[in-house]
Amino acid sequence: MIAELGHYALVLALALALVQSWSPVVGARKGDVALMKLADSTALAQFAFVALAFAALTYCYVTSDFSVVNVYENSHSQMPLIYKLTSVWGNHEGSMLLWVLILAIFGALVALFGANLPAPLKANVLAVQSWIASAFYLFILLTSNPFRRLAEVPAEGRDLNPILQDFGLAVHPPMLYLGYVGFSIAFSFAVAALIEGRIDAAWARWVRPWTLLAWMCLTLGIAMGSYWAYYELGWGGFWFWDPVENASLMPWLAGTALLHSAVVMEKRNSLKVWTILLAIITFSLSLIGTFLVRSGVLTSVHTFSSDPARGLFILVILMVFIGGSLALFAWRAPLLKQGGLFAPISRESALVFNNLFLATACATVFVGTLYPLVLEMLTGEKISVGAPFFNLTFGPLFVPLLIAVPFGPLLAWKRGDLYGVAQRLLAACAVAMVGLAAIFAFEGTQSVLAPFGIGLALFVMGGAVTDIAERVDLRSMSIETIGRRAAGLPRSAWGTAVAHFALGVTLMGLVSASTWGSERIIALKPAQTVSISGYDLSFDGMVSRDGPNYRETAAHFTVRKAGSVIGVMEPSKRVFPSRDGMSTNEAALLTRGVSQLYLSLGDKNADGSIAVRLYHKPLVLLIWLGALVMALGGALSLSDRRLRIGAPKPAARIVAQPAE
Amino acid sequence: MVWSVRFVVVLLALLGATPLHAVQVDEILPDPVLEARAREISHDLRCMVCQNQSIDDSEAPLARDLRLLVRERLKAGDSDSQVVDFMVARYGEFVLLKPRMNWHTAVLWGAPLAILIAGLLAIGFSVLRRSAAPPASEVALSEAERLKLAAIAGSRPDGV
Repeated sequence: MIAELGHYALVLALALALVQSWSPVVGARKGDVALMKLADSTALAQFAFVALAFAALTYCYVTSDFSVVNVYENSHSQMPLIYKLTSVWGNHEGSMLLWVLILAIFGALVALFGANLPAPLKANVLAVQSWIASAFYLFILLTSNPFRRLAEVPAEGRDLNPILQDFGLAVHPPMLYLGYVGFSIAFSFAVAALIEGRIDAAWARWVRPWTLLAWMCLTLGIAMGSYWAYYELGWGGFWFWDPVENASLMPWLAGTALLHSAVVMEKRNSLKVWTILLAIITFSLSLIGTFLVRSGVLTSVHTFSSDPARGLFILVILMVFIGGSLALFAWRAPLLKQGGLFAPISRESALVFNNLFLATACATVFVGTLYPLVLEMLTGEKISVGAPFFNLTFGPLFVPLLIAVPFGPLLAWKRGDLYGVAQRLLAACAVAMVGLAAIFAFEGTQSVLAPFGIGLALFVMGGAVTDIAERVDLRSMSIETIGRRAAGLPRSAWGTAVAHFALGVTLMGLVSASTWGSERIIALKPAQTVSISGYDLSFDGMVSRDGPNYRETAAHFTVRKAGSVIGVMEPSKRVFPSRDGMSTNEAALLTRGVSQLYLSLGDKNADGSIAVRLYHKPLVLLIWLGALVMALGGALSLSDRRLRIGAPKPAARIVAQPAE
Repeated sequence: MVWSVRFVVVLLALLGATPLHAVQVDEILPDPVLEARAREISHDLRCMVCQNQSIDDSEAPLARDLRLLVRERLKAGDSDSQVVDFMVARYGEFVLLKPRMNWHTAVLWGAPLAILIAGLLAIGFSVLRRSAAPPASEVALSEAERLKLAAIAGSRPDGV
C-alpha cells in the first residue's frame, strides 16, 4: 500500500509540475499576480509530494518489503540499517528519485526564500525548474519506476552490491546530486533572465550564493567519491579519468568558472553574458553526466544501468534542454546590456583568464571522454582515451591557472597594477623557491616535475596568505590595526583566501603521493616481516570473523616503527553468500599525520603464504583535506553578511562621550 | 628473493611510478630493469574486459595474461615500442590507453590548444568590439532628446 501511495504521490507531483510549467510564465507575461503566486504553492506542494514518494520508498527498504522489485534487487533483510537506508539511492531508479527530490527541494527553497525577488523573475525561475522536473518525473514514471511490484513475493532480497555497502554511499551520491541539481537553480535563473530579456541587481545577488552552495556540495561529493575509490578498490589509486568521474569533474570545472564569473557580475556588473552562458553550460554538463551514467553508452565501473530505452529518453531530454537553452541564449543574449569596462590588467581580466583556462580544461575533458564514442560512430574504429592522455593535456593547462591564482585577489578592480602585485607576492615566491630548492636537495633529481609541483603549491598557499596579510595590513606591525582590520574583514574575503589556500594543499598532496609513494609486493608467511619507509609490519596470522551478511578472513599485522608498536592493520576479504559468493577486498589503512600506510590482501598461495601489497603514501590525505578546506572556504563565503539577502545590519549606536 | 624485490621497489620509486597495481608476486621478473620496463608498459595498456582500467591495475584473469605476455616479449628481447606494437597488432588500438597521434586523433590531441586559442581570440574580439563602441557620454544627444532635457530642466538663466 505504501509503495502505491508513493507512486501516486509522484504522479501528483508531475501534475503539479505541469501546472507550474505554464501558469507562472503566462502570469509573468500578463502581470497577473495570482498566476505568478501560484508557482510558490505548486513548488511547495511538489516538494511535499516528492518527499512523500521518497519516504514511501525508504519505508519499503527499511521494512524489507521484497514485493517491490527495486527493494528485492537491492536489499537484504540482514543488512545493517544504515545500508538499508543508503541502498534507496544505490541503484538507478532510487537515485533518480533522489535526484528529483533534490530538484524539488531547491524549487521549494526558491519559493520560500525568494521574497525579495521581483515577482515575474521568480515566476519564470520556478517555471523553468518545473520544466526540468516534469521531464524527469516523466522519465521516472515511464522508464524507471521504483514502485513496481512483483506478483510472487520472494523470501529474501538479492542484497546490495557489496562494494556499495560502505559509509561512502551515505555521503557521495547525495552530495553529488546536491551539486548537480543545485546548478539547476543557476540554469533556471539564466533561462528566466533570457526569457525576460533583462538582468537586474536582484538576479546577480541570487545567482552567486546558490551556485556557491551547489559548488561546495559538488566539491565534497567528488572528494568523497575519490577517497572511497581509494580505500575500497584495493590498489590505492584515487582518480582514474573514468568517464563517469569525468562526468562529475566537468560540471565542477564549469561551476568554478561560473562562480568566479558571478563574482565579477555581482561586484562590477560586467560579464553578464558570460555568466549566463556558463550557468547554462554547467547544468547542461550535469545533465550530460546523468545521461552518461545511465544510458550504457560508456563502459565504466560506475554505470548504473545500460538500458537503451532509458538512454534514448534522457538523450531527448538533453537535446530539448541544452539545445533549447543555447538557442534561447543565441537569440536573446544580445538584448542584455553590456556592463562595466575594465582594463586588460585588472581583477576582472584575471578572472576572465581564470575562466578561459577552466573552460579549456573542461572542454579537454569533454573531448577526451566522448572522443572514443564519436570516433566509433563515425569510422567504426575503437580507441581508448585513458589517464595518459588526460595527464598530458589537463595537467599543463592547470599550471598557468595556478600561477595566476595568487595574482587575482591582489589585483584591483577595473585597473590593476601588475608590477605592484608582483612585488607583494615576492615573499610567497621566495617561500616557493626555498621549497623547490629543498626538494631538489633532499630527493635528488628523481622526478624533475615534483619540485616544481611543490614549489607551485607553496606559491599558491603563500599567495592566499599574502592576500589576507595585505588586507589586514600586516606590514603596519601594529596589533591594534591588524586586529581591527581582521575583525572587520568580510567573511567572503576569508572564504576566498581559505579556498585558494586549499587548492595549494590539494596540489601538494597530489604531487607528493604520486612521486614519493613506495610499494612492496610480497608473499608472507606468519611471523614474517615486511618493511617500508621505516615501518616494519609483521604478519601474525589469519583471523576469521562473521559480519551481518558476510564472512570475513582478515590478516592480522602489527606495525612497528623503530621497534615500538604503533598500530595494528587488518586487511581482509569479505565473501557475501547472498550475492553468489561475491567477495570484496577491504584494504587496511594506518594514518600517520597526513600520510598513510596502505595494506591490501592478495591471494593465498599453495605454500601457506599470502600475497600482500603494501604502500606508503606520504601526504596523501592532503588531497582530500584540501578539498574539505575548499568547501569550508565556500561555506565561509556563503555565510557572508551581504549574501544573507534582506538581513539589514542595525546601525551602530553612537554613544555620546561626556565633555571633559 | 626479498633483496631483489627491494631493488625493484627502489627502482620503481626512482622512476616515479604511481602506486596502483594488481601485479602478483609470481609475475615479478627476476631482472629488475626488465620488470620496471614491464610495469611502465603495462601502465599504458588497457584491460579489455574491464571497465577503463590498465592491465597493471586490474585483477581480471585477462589482465594477468596480458601482463605475463608483456614480460615474455621483454624477455625475448623486444624493445618497449616493439612490445607495444605487438600488443596493438594483436588487439587493435583499443588496447592503448594513450591514443596514438595520427590523423584519426588529430582533433583529440589538437583540441586543448585549439580551444585555448579560440578562447583567447574570442576574448580579444569582445575587447576590441567594446573599445570600438564609443562610450555613451561621447554620443551627442539627438534634437528630440535635447528638447526633452530642456523641458525637464526648465528654462534656466545659464541655459542648457
